[in-house]
Amino acid sequence: MNQMPDVIRTIPLEFYLYFSTALFAIGVIGVLTRRNAIVIFMCVELMLNAVNILMVALSSYRSDPNGQIFVFFIMAVAAAEVTVGLAIIVMIYRNIRSTDVQLMNYLKW
Amino acid sequence: MITALLLFWPALAALLVLLIKGEGAKKVAFIATLVEFAIALFATVNFVPDATTQFALDIPWVERAGIGFSIGMDGISLLMVLLTAFLVPLIVLSSFKHDYKNPHVFYALVLFMQTGLTGVFVAMDAFLFYFFWEVALIPIYFIAAIWGGARRIPVTFKFFVYTIFGSLFMLAAFVYLYFQTAGTELAAHSSNVNAFYQLTLDSATQSWIFWFLFLAFAIKMPVFPFHTWQPDTYTESPTQATMLLAGIMLKMGIYGVLRWLLPVVPLGVSEWADTVLVLSIIGIIYGSIIAIRQHDLKRLIAYSSIAHVGLISAGIFTLNEQGLQGGVIQMLSHGINVVGLFFIIDIIFRRTNTREIASLGGITQTTPALSIMFLILLMGSVALPLTNGFIGEFLLLSSVFQYNYYFGAVAGLTIILAAVYMLRMFQGVMFGTKSEATEGFADLTFHEKAVLIPLVIMVFWIGLFPNTFLSISEPAVGQLLSIINR
Amino acid sequence: MQEVVMPFNNQEMALLCLLVPLLPFIGFLINGLGNRKLPKALVGLLGSGTVLASFLISVYLFIDFTSNGSRPYIVDLYNWFTVGSLEIGFSFMIDQLTLLMLLMVTGIGFLIHVYSAGYMSHDEGYGKFFAYLNLFMFSMLVLVMGSNYVMMFVGWEGVGLCSYLLIGFWNKNHNYNNAAKKAFIMNRIGDLGFLLAIFLIFITFGSVSFPEVFLSASQMSGLTDSGVMIAITMLLFVGAMGKSAQLPLFTWLPDAMAGPTPVSALIHAATMVTAGIYMVIRSNVLYVLAPTTMEFIAIIGLITALVAATIGLAQNDIKKVLAYSTVSQLGFMFLALGVMAFSSSIFHVLTHAFFKALLFLGAGSVIHAVSNEQDIRNMGGLRKWLPITFITFLIGTLAISGIPPFAGFFSKDELLAHVFEHNKLMWVGGLLASFMTAFYMFRLLFLTFFGKFRGTEAQRSHLHESPSSMTIPLIVLAILSTIGGFIGLPAVFSDTHTLGNFLAPIYDLARRANGAAMEAPHIDHATEYILMAVSVAVAVIAIIIAYIMYVKKETVPAPEGTGLSPIHNLIYNKYYIDEIYDTVFVRPVMALSTALHRFVDVVVVDGIVNGFGKLVMVSGRVLRLTQSGVTGFYVFVMVASIVLILFLNFFIG
Repeated sequence: MNQMPDVIRTIPLEFYLYFSTALFAIGVIGVLTRRNAIVIFMCVELMLNAVNILMVALSSYRSDPNGQIFVFFIMAVAAAEVTVGLAIIVMIYRNIRSTDVQLMNYLKW
Repeated sequence: MITALLLFWPALAALLVLLIKGEGAKKVAFIATLVEFAIALFATVNFVPDATTQFALDIPWVERAGIGFSIGMDGISLLMVLLTAFLVPLIVLSSFKHDYKNPHVFYALVLFMQTGLTGVFVAMDAFLFYFFWEVALIPIYFIAAIWGGARRIPVTFKFFVYTIFGSLFMLAAFVYLYFQTAGTELAAHSSNVNAFYQLTLDSATQSWIFWFLFLAFAIKMPVFPFHTWQPDTYTESPTQATMLLAGIMLKMGIYGVLRWLLPVVPLGVSEWADTVLVLSIIGIIYGSIIAIRQHDLKRLIAYSSIAHVGLISAGIFTLNEQGLQGGVIQMLSHGINVVGLFFIIDIIFRRTNTREIASLGGITQTTPALSIMFLILLMGSVALPLTNGFIGEFLLLSSVFQYNYYFGAVAGLTIILAAVYMLRMFQGVMFGTKSEATEGFADLTFHEKAVLIPLVIMVFWIGLFPNTFLSISEPAVGQLLSIINR
Repeated sequence: MQEVVMPFNNQEMALLCLLVPLLPFIGFLINGLGNRKLPKALVGLLGSGTVLASFLISVYLFIDFTSNGSRPYIVDLYNWFTVGSLEIGFSFMIDQLTLLMLLMVTGIGFLIHVYSAGYMSHDEGYGKFFAYLNLFMFSMLVLVMGSNYVMMFVGWEGVGLCSYLLIGFWNKNHNYNNAAKKAFIMNRIGDLGFLLAIFLIFITFGSVSFPEVFLSASQMSGLTDSGVMIAITMLLFVGAMGKSAQLPLFTWLPDAMAGPTPVSALIHAATMVTAGIYMVIRSNVLYVLAPTTMEFIAIIGLITALVAATIGLAQNDIKKVLAYSTVSQLGFMFLALGVMAFSSSIFHVLTHAFFKALLFLGAGSVIHAVSNEQDIRNMGGLRKWLPITFITFLIGTLAISGIPPFAGFFSKDELLAHVFEHNKLMWVGGLLASFMTAFYMFRLLFLTFFGKFRGTEAQRSHLHESPSSMTIPLIVLAILSTIGGFIGLPAVFSDTHTLGNFLAPIYDLARRANGAAMEAPHIDHATEYILMAVSVAVAVIAIIIAYIMYVKKETVPAPEGTGLSPIHNLIYNKYYIDEIYDTVFVRPVMALSTALHRFVDVVVVDGIVNGFGKLVMVSGRVLRLTQSGVTGFYVFVMVASIVLILFLNFFIG
């Protein structure tokens, strides 16, 4: 079995770039266009993971472990964020019986 | 060390007062302020009248940025600290007959205020000065906003925002100046006052810095046309806050000009002195004329204060030794007179529940002691010779006259106009027949005399022996002048 | 060039000199603090006693001065305040002029204090009255003793304050209070002139002390009639105008009659109002260097003398008549100053102090007798009830009218002779004024003391001669008014003009500065006799006319509200000067005050300030529309902004 970086290097770097850019763009578009808070939340996760993939790829190609360490940080933070975020969404749902963000426009004036 | 004691003692006492619930707070606060006065007297006795900054304390604060907690007193600072320490006990004592809600908070705020005021006068570092400048604002805001009159909320809000607005310009100017200074091996820059004095900026830069600083000080003093917060605030604040504002806080602006404006940007000053003099002189005439027709006693004194401060401001911007010395002595005199007058208004208000001149009258028939004290303080404010006001106004008018004959002549109108509005007030309040409100008006009580007698003594002391005070500030003023003219 | 004796420093006399003003001040403190507790007898004793002591010390100072070779000296008490080169010493100067004023002020002051003890005996403010009078004595003494202009200013303002307090002594009355306020404010207008003059003197001569200023003024070249000298003297004269009630600042003095009569006698006739003349004579060195100002002073003095005399013709209030006569006589004194007859002017100050104090005190005695009635239309025939008052009043009237050998004759005659020598037209004006003076004074005398009593029954039953504490001062003053003129006998009668010789040294520096202006008048004896005869004749004619009108025909001035001829109406209403001042100065200032407050301050200046506040509010109201609350929009803005920043970063930056 080859080392993990070697496995990663079997795919050209450009592919990772295209892939994670596409993934990130999907995430952004999702956040912008969807109204369901859970979907928006998932799109945010998508964006985070797009970055993660890119970091892992670059870390392997440049033989710099820092990138992968960062990925772990991001995963940990994301996990914490999910906990808090989902809790907020549950609370919103309890209050307005919906997770539609368009209905949540109290945050003004 | 004495300076630090002077600075922190009121704050410590304030914390102590906060712990005391109920009426005891008054007495503790009064004793604390007396102790402060004793310390100030001790400092005065040990002060060597030369140009140095004495009792200095310089502790690195943000060492790597060259910002120090540096305090100390030269002659001008000392006189201002002495004035503060002299007036605050009287102000506290003057409130003994008031039943303010939550007295411990009230007196703690007064004591915090004293720390702020003292800090402004002893700070020898620009950022420290700015810090105390703002610290002094907060207690007075709360005193006025909590214990003030009916319109206190909008009025104090305006006062707060107005002064903060000015201070921001001062901060900006300080930051700019700070980055121009040469540092030491420890820090690239320094915010010490002496570092500021050593700056040599070009005339254009000094001009805009001048206006940034002047704006802050002019609002505080206040100089026409930045005065409109003042009559409302004086009228709506509880009398003790008015005394603090007019008696001491107003001097912060003038002191600021002396310490942080004139010597720092002398070229800017010489560029704009004419403008400032014109503004100040407009303020003198404008304040006096408006005061003539005021019917609320507090508002009348408020406008008269604009006139008096206008004269001080005009005098110090002549950059003449007589003007600067006159300004210093007039700051003391004005503090004493205005505190006395506001207290007398307070006495009248407490007994009659009105400050309208029209509904008063005939008070003098039953109150010999009050009449005499009132008259003496009044004569002090209209600058009758042998009272304190004369020395200041004589020196100030003399300096303005030397600067420009016409300015001097117009500024001199203040002695006529002051007589007009002050005598009109005195006549309306004290003379004539008794009104419904003044029926059975009682003469001064022991407490009231205890406040007024020291003030009256000072009126004559400064009037007869001004050299006691002039000699303290003389070397410091000379030093300032030599820095300005370097 | 003759030797000029400069004042030397004489600390040995410090205590005595200090005591002169200090004693009345102590009297003021005791009477003022003990106000309502001290018994009346003690108050009166303290009040008069301290002034008597000052008088005695003054006499001693005088004797000491003359017996020690008449060398003026300075007493430095302490350094009052020092700023840079400006040094103001709290110090006194004793020279001939000071001594003369000292004797006059304390002497007449003492008599009036004694008189007041009787006059004010029924007043509840007895202690307060004596306290104020003593304070006045203190201020007046500081005024005449001060050795520099600032010290003089101290006394100058001090007497103004006392005048204010004493005019408004009966402060329940609104009109009295207004009169007091008016006096103080008008005086302050003059004081501003004085103050500016002090500044200018300091700038020009680098000092404000009399000897130094006068010495350098006499030594500096090119000063004669220079702009700065005219400015200094004019400004000083503005001060004198206010204090000595000269046109246009004279209207306060008649109103000042609201005060108790002893006050009118002491402050508003004998002493304070002559401070302006004292000041001009003190500054004689400066004035001789400004002939233009002198001419101006002469004109103002003459116009004042004439205007006040004409008003005096039609007044019906006994004190108002005397007040206008005071203004008129002060005009005479300034006329004399204007023609550089300094000694004649001070001579007239002195005799005027005697007879005018006498007249006022006499008037007070009359008012006292007729139960506070002041309108001469309601008097008449009083000589039966008030014999002493009548005789002394008659002496005073003769003296002021310039009938020999009473005091007023000598001083007025000397004064007019100098005017004649200077300008014939002015002399005619002066003669006209003295004609009117004799007329209205005798009108006053005849209406008051002759004919039938025209008052009410209640007043008639109450008529009585005043107590001895009031009549004795009258008698003393009557004697002084009779013989006082002999200290300055004119050259035709005697070689030694005692007063003139005594005062001569104070003009030494002036002679050095501008000798030509100080030349003594050369009038031959024949002319002098003629002048005397003319002025006496004029006075006698005036008296005869008054006699025919008011004794023979028993004319009584028309009561209030009846039709008067236009000219009579004009002078009866004092040329409407008060009304003019009210329209031209008072009302506009009041209107300006209201306008500045209501419009400029509240609307414009505060409007701009509040405008800033409003601007913030309005922009807040606009900007808050962007806060729609829709999370999607926020996110969109965020993404768009990030894209924009990246774009800018890559393609622009």
